[in-house]
Amino acid sequence: MSSSLSEADKTRLLEELRENVNKAEKSVVVEIDKSMIRRFAQAIEDPNPLWQDEEYAKQIGSGGILVPPEFFCTSMMSGGGCRPEVPLPYDRILDGGGDWEFLLPVKAGDTITSSAKLVELREKQGKSGNMLFLTFETLHKNQHDELVAKSRGVTINLE
Amino acid sequence: MASQLFFENVEVGMEIGPLVKHPTSRQLVKWAGASEDFYEIHYDKDFALSTGLPSPIVHGRLKAAFLGQLMTDWAGDKGIVRKLSCTYRGMDIVGEDVICKGRVTQKYVEDDANCVECEIWTENRKGERTTPGSAIVVLPTRG
Repeated sequence: MSSSLSEADKTRLLEELRENVNKAEKSVVVEIDKSMIRRFAQAIEDPNPLWQDEEYAKQIGSGGILVPPEFFCTSMMSGGGCRPEVPLPYDRILDGGGDWEFLLPVKAGDTITSSAKLVELREKQGKSGNMLFLTFETLHKNQHDELVAKSRGVTINLE
Repeated sequence: MASQLFFENVEVGMEIGPLVKHPTSRQLVKWAGASEDFYEIHYDKDFALSTGLPSPIVHGRLKAAFLGQLMTDWAGDKGIVRKLSCTYRGMDIVGEDVICKGRVTQKYVEDDANCVECEIWTENRKGERTTPGSAIVVLPTRG
């Protein structure tokens, strides 16, 4: 794919990106309700009653409808939706993967504040040009200020 | 859900799954809305082709979520998924099966928690692993 930027612009954006490491931050607040969880479970086609049946969830002692751990894998919770905007010098952007740690159960009715930060930038020379690996770390806290989950995700920016 | 899995019944090498998913364009649109990822390569065929892809492709994060389902199903109501990680190595095309599998690699007790570590992945019908990863679950004991 041809690049839309001049070499000088790419160099300038890369400089700016380097300056953003451990600085760029963003927080997003999400109020999690039952219908959001239902839509999520239906989207992955997961019939588990823990995510949709309040009576069932209460019977097993969860205290309410649980949020599936992989809800934190969404763009909304740990991806583009909650990350700080940083300058990217190249055209192609790929999602490299992620790590998610689930520390406390999250239920319908919880309010989660996700704070994301660019924590690492690795630069490599690939076959078609430069490759940048940006690692974002997101901390997720509930309305009681308890850390409920941690996410790390890698975005790849290719020349 | 089905019967509960207990820590005592888990052995290294034990297989998990398969959980077979059939991502359709309808599912990718539902996922786009539920996860707020509206990148057009996942549901707009013309756009996907214009970027050089052979067809719309399955969101990497949807495959991560499928692996989450694999592990919550396996851990049962009283099991807890503690960690999930994966990398998006290969593309999966809309309409083709995504097969989620895993294998127990380690079991140990840490801070009174009965931990089971697993290798997990998605593969396609050719057997190519497109989303390799790992997971840790905490299981109850029969006690």
